[in-house]
Amino acid sequence: MSTPLLHVTAIDAFYGDFQALFGVSLAVEAGQVVAVIGANGAGKSTLLRTIAGLMHPRRGDIAFDGASIAQMPAFDVVKRGVALVPEGRRLFPSLSVEENLLIGGQSKRPGPWTLQRIYNLFPVLAERRHLPATSLSGGQQQMAAIGRALMSNPRLMLCDEISLGLAPIIVRDIYARLPEIAGEGLSLVIVEQDIVQALRAASHVYCLQEGRVALEGEAKGLTREAISAAYFGV
Amino acid sequence: MTLWLNIILQGVLIGGLYAMFAAGLSLIFGVMRLVNIAHGDLIVLAAYVALMVTTGLGLDPLTSLVLVVPAMALIGYALQRGLLNRTLGDDLLPPLLVTFGLSIIIQNGLLELFTADSRKLQAGTLEVLTFQALPGVWVGALPLIQFAVAVVVIAGLQILFYKTALGRAFRATSDDQAVAQLMGLDTRHVFAMAMSLSLAVVAIAGVFLAVRANFDPSIGPARLIFGFEAVIIGGLGSLWGTLIGGVILGVSQAIGAQIDPGWQLLAGHIAFLVILALRPQGFFPKVSH
Amino acid sequence: MSTVQHATRSSHIGIAIIAIGFVVLTAAPAWGDRNTLRLLAELFTYLALASLWNLLAGYAGLVSVGQQAFVGFGGYLLFALAMLAGVHPIAAIFIAGPVAALLAVPVAALIFRLRGAYFAIGTWVVAEVFRLLASQISALGGGSGISLPAAVVIAMAPTRQIREFEIYWLALGLAVMVLAAIVVLLRSRHGLALTALRDNELAAQSNGIDVGRIKLIVYVLVAAGTAMVGALIFLMKLRISPDTAFSVNDWTAFVIFIVVVGGIGRVEGPVIGTVIFFVMRQTLADLGSLYLLIMGAVAIVVMLAAPKGLWGLLADRFGWQALPLQRRLVLEPKEKRL
Repeated sequence: MSTPLLHVTAIDAFYGDFQALFGVSLAVEAGQVVAVIGANGAGKSTLLRTIAGLMHPRRGDIAFDGASIAQMPAFDVVKRGVALVPEGRRLFPSLSVEENLLIGGQSKRPGPWTLQRIYNLFPVLAERRHLPATSLSGGQQQMAAIGRALMSNPRLMLCDEISLGLAPIIVRDIYARLPEIAGEGLSLVIVEQDIVQALRAASHVYCLQEGRVALEGEAKGLTREAISAAYFGV
Repeated sequence: MTLWLNIILQGVLIGGLYAMFAAGLSLIFGVMRLVNIAHGDLIVLAAYVALMVTTGLGLDPLTSLVLVVPAMALIGYALQRGLLNRTLGDDLLPPLLVTFGLSIIIQNGLLELFTADSRKLQAGTLEVLTFQALPGVWVGALPLIQFAVAVVVIAGLQILFYKTALGRAFRATSDDQAVAQLMGLDTRHVFAMAMSLSLAVVAIAGVFLAVRANFDPSIGPARLIFGFEAVIIGGLGSLWGTLIGGVILGVSQAIGAQIDPGWQLLAGHIAFLVILALRPQGFFPKVSH
Repeated sequence: MSTVQHATRSSHIGIAIIAIGFVVLTAAPAWGDRNTLRLLAELFTYLALASLWNLLAGYAGLVSVGQQAFVGFGGYLLFALAMLAGVHPIAAIFIAGPVAALLAVPVAALIFRLRGAYFAIGTWVVAEVFRLLASQISALGGGSGISLPAAVVIAMAPTRQIREFEIYWLALGLAVMVLAAIVVLLRSRHGLALTALRDNELAAQSNGIDVGRIKLIVYVLVAAGTAMVGALIFLMKLRISPDTAFSVNDWTAFVIFIVVVGGIGRVEGPVIGTVIFFVMRQTLADLGSLYLLIMGAVAIVVMLAAPKGLWGLLADRFGWQALPLQRRLVLEPKEKRL
């Protein structure tokens, strides 16, 4: 096997004195979709925030494309091709829909994604391009958040709880576009509480429990029992 | 009648200067929620920088802006990167007290270097040039230029804020610092750019202040207060509001001075307090305070 | 069963030192010369002002840069009462407190509309308004100020020495009173709320603390205390003018320096800070404006490097508290065995 695109090796992460991640390791190959599942507070978001550079591991390493990004600030990590779609969308309320997308392209990485291609992918955003981001519905906001991340032309996109607070039909709609997005050779890490969606989209699954990897394997090879055991620790 | 027209016109024109004091203050509050207590002292610092440039190089005050503006912008960038970025966070005290300390340092530093003597920048014939706007109503060329510059500065800031990539970065960083970093924005740099821009405006305000009247190292805090009053009257976070705020303040002071010279400043403060009592959100509010 | 304990071993030692210090200082007229008494009296007024500002900014989160409004108001009220109404100056000091409290209510109603740092500048505007109004009062000397008439001064005490002793004890008494009032307040039910407020305003609010009301109470009380100290300060100076009475440097910048360097949000902070301030002033004052420049720089460095001040450093390191303010849950032995 070749060197993975993203290689997280035994990282410990802390909020002050509180340890949130214990020796977590994870690998993502180029073009692969990896799901990270786990209960609330298992450390899923912390893992993504640490990879994105919003926080830094106290021990362990994060290698991206062969170079360590563990201690790199978030604004440099994105320039290397890692984009995070944050939990709760977090669009900029003072910016219009189009400005939100444009600021996603701030890092000026070359690549296939342009404003026009985002609008082709999510036509509803084109209709509302000049409205404030706050005027969008929850599902549209999620589309804009994904579009904003894509605008940096990432090689790896980290998606934190895309389905959170959205109606099931909208979640299915958004997940239906993922293959089109991943078709560009983009790798994805999807954090989800919705296990069914996650298993359907991903080829490889990691299950976190209280800050540790409790289970990992091919999405197809995992039994429901093994997952619930890892999920709930029973 | 023409007496009062003259007075109000003078007030409106000086309002432009106050608007420039206010715009710089409003800008950095908008981007990083920082209230710079040293703002007024930085205006006075700009006046002294202009004094050195005009006397050292023999330039006239308005031309000196070519050097004073970049110099102050540079100071602003360095100040933010070197000192003020360290104070930003959830706690209100550090930025407030550090800029208060800075205010004392600037005042006493200027006192050491330039003594307490009053200074003034000489703008030559421009200072005495006046013309008749209406029968009996006279306008000085310099106040008019000052007001026009204020309008241009505020319009420029408005365009920069809402039409450029830098302005987008300012607004995004103001909304959500963490996500702004995920967009590749180094917020320390964004903040430094905002302070740099604020001090560029401060430089223009400082030069006009120094041409208009005498200045000495102690007059900074009063300028901070005028700027602050204009910001609140106009409504927090609104750039055009600062112009309205500055004009209301200027006119109030002019009317107060006409009634009794001792009432000039008092009338301005009272106008501010009345507006705070009746319309605390100001006239064009953008940000809740 | 469990009880709440305030005292620790260091606070027992602290109380003992404070008691001895109080006796020694009360006896100062017996051992100190005139200049020492004067310096100590001035030190006490700064200690009181700094403790009040600390309560306001350090606990209630009301960062004011306009407390000179109340210092000057107290001073002017004393001059007005003594000169125009024939009130005994010492009585005037105690009248200044409640009058300032009354005045503080409408002032608060206005400036509480401003939040955070804008509140700070709002307080400054109020102080400016007070200064400009004072300079309009021609009966009290207008813009150039006025001296307390010799007759009023002489009537205070039979001899100059006794008058100086009186003023010394007044300054000591006022400082002790202010400190005691703050300690009592912090140990009361409101004190718990104030400490919660200091640590986290949002959390305090969500725990049902009426933050607005507490802040108003503190603002008004601090105004009253500050005005009383102000009245005493100008009784000591015997002369008042708008610029000295409402000086932002003397009554706010120095006071903030004391609190920041000593340790904000701790009762002990201003005590240490006042001592440091007077030591610095006695050694550096000859440098003039350079001395102020150094003070500004020291305050900035402390704010960035040790935001809890000198006392904060000591307290964190050794678990010290000089006053029994801390609340510790003490478990009875039975439960301790758990």
